[in-house]
Amino acid sequence: MENFITNMIAQCSWLQSLPKWVVVFGFQIFFSVLILFAFVAIFAMLAGYVERRVAGRIQSRIGPNRVGPQGILQSLADGIKVFLKEDVVPTAADPILFRIAPYFVFVGMFLAFVAIPFSAQWVISDFNLGIFYLLACEALVVIGIVMSGWASNNKWSLIGGMRSAAQIVSYEVPVSLTILMIVLWCGTMDIQQIILSQGPMPWHWHVFQNPFLFIGFFIFFIGSLAEGNRMPFDMPEAESELVSGYNTEYSGFRFIIFFFAEFANLYLIGAIVTILFLGGWQAGVLPEFFVSIFGAENPWIVALIKNFTQLFVFQAKALVLVFVIIQLRWTLPRVRVDQLMALCWKYLVPISFVNLLAISFWVVFVPEIGTKITAGVMTTFGAIIFIYFFYRVYWQLKFSKAKIRMNPFS
Amino acid sequence: MLFNYSNVLIFSLVGVGFILVTLLVGSLMRPKNPTPEKLSTYECGEEPIGSAWMNFNIRFYVIALVFVIFDVEVVFMFPVVRVFKEWVANGTGVVVLVEMFIFLLILIMGFIYVWAKGDLNWFKKIMK
Repeated sequence: MENFITNMIAQCSWLQSLPKWVVVFGFQIFFSVLILFAFVAIFAMLAGYVERRVAGRIQSRIGPNRVGPQGILQSLADGIKVFLKEDVVPTAADPILFRIAPYFVFVGMFLAFVAIPFSAQWVISDFNLGIFYLLACEALVVIGIVMSGWASNNKWSLIGGMRSAAQIVSYEVPVSLTILMIVLWCGTMDIQQIILSQGPMPWHWHVFQNPFLFIGFFIFFIGSLAEGNRMPFDMPEAESELVSGYNTEYSGFRFIIFFFAEFANLYLIGAIVTILFLGGWQAGVLPEFFVSIFGAENPWIVALIKNFTQLFVFQAKALVLVFVIIQLRWTLPRVRVDQLMALCWKYLVPISFVNLLAISFWVVFVPEIGTKITAGVMTTFGAIIFIYFFYRVYWQLKFSKAKIRMNPFS
Repeated sequence: MLFNYSNVLIFSLVGVGFILVTLLVGSLMRPKNPTPEKLSTYECGEEPIGSAWMNFNIRFYVIALVFVIFDVEVVFMFPVVRVFKEWVANGTGVVVLVEMFIFLLILIMGFIYVWAKGDLNWFKKIMK
């Protein structure tokens, strides 16, 4: 983004008449507001809608379909409704901490978008410590959740907040150990460099580089689900036992901020898994292909087409993961809190330790050609699993007695 | 460098500003008629007994303690794994591998101790 601003100043004469810091500041404000409204807000709304539609379909009901065509404006209507609700702060609660807790949750989620690269050039800040920065942002969310749980002065909230804190900090250990593996494998902490060390095709991705990264992918995915308080691990807001966990006492707009952050976090999980394991925005020959189709000559248009293609590839991968996460939520039962902790400390942490040591052995002892052969074998293995999955789906469709409606809008 | 981190500042200001402005605008439009019942703590319709700010189960503290040790360890590991490939290219890969292994081994010993002591069990038996 720094290059973009320098280019803009060099090209537009009226920008040169202003002081430089004003222009830079203006662009920074513009891009942050753009990401907030054109991206985070829209995604959170759509994810809320899609989640309810998918839930409806999985549970053999319809889901929201009244507001707008197919109910697509449902989230907007909910937003307006919640905006006009009374803001209740209980007398027993700590007034200051209760009010500022949503800020921490929201800002922690929003700050992570600074380092997410959407394409080769569309990234707000290309930190040289990018992946470390993302870990730090996740930690801010925990503070907000504990704060809201404690400040509510409600036993359910306190239990929910404490469980959430224990869960998020526990799963941070396998997640960061897996990030260590990735950093070791590509020798950089810069997110763009991590993406560039992969490639467009599946056998260039980190998932299929060797068996340990393949296991690491699943550890990272499970750990991210737990850090985002997503379904098999949503102990903090277990509706059936702790009314709603740490946000029981919240109402009105403060309440919806937690959900806003949760849905935006959903996207972040998909995006970070895509960046680390699935090749990020790498689109191979597609950008040049589209440029040649449109016959673009102007360098601005060429850059625009290339970046849009990469953005599209990145979003497609991230959104497929988001869809998987949504389906998991409505498919799996909630785990018990002791099972949750046992899964983290007795399975994921030892496995990721072994993984880290194994991959450092791999880097030292296995030559380049061995890595290439393993990548080929692993990709074939992955492809076989994928094909078998679709074969099962086909088999179910063909022989199931239930009536299956293929049209999602029927 | 400065530009990159100034973006973080701007984003946090915009994030805080977004919530602040929305809440302020909302406060002009939303109703406000609090009653004692509405402002009481919600515990499924029962009258809450006592405050929720009480002594809490110690196992959360144990988890936090174990977490701090592991997270500091991860922070120490980050610089090592960052330059690991360069050392391998230098031909000193085995040395750094052994050093890393010793460092991790100390922690794994601690982890095994915690596990054997039963602190990782959610339901810990205190009396044998």
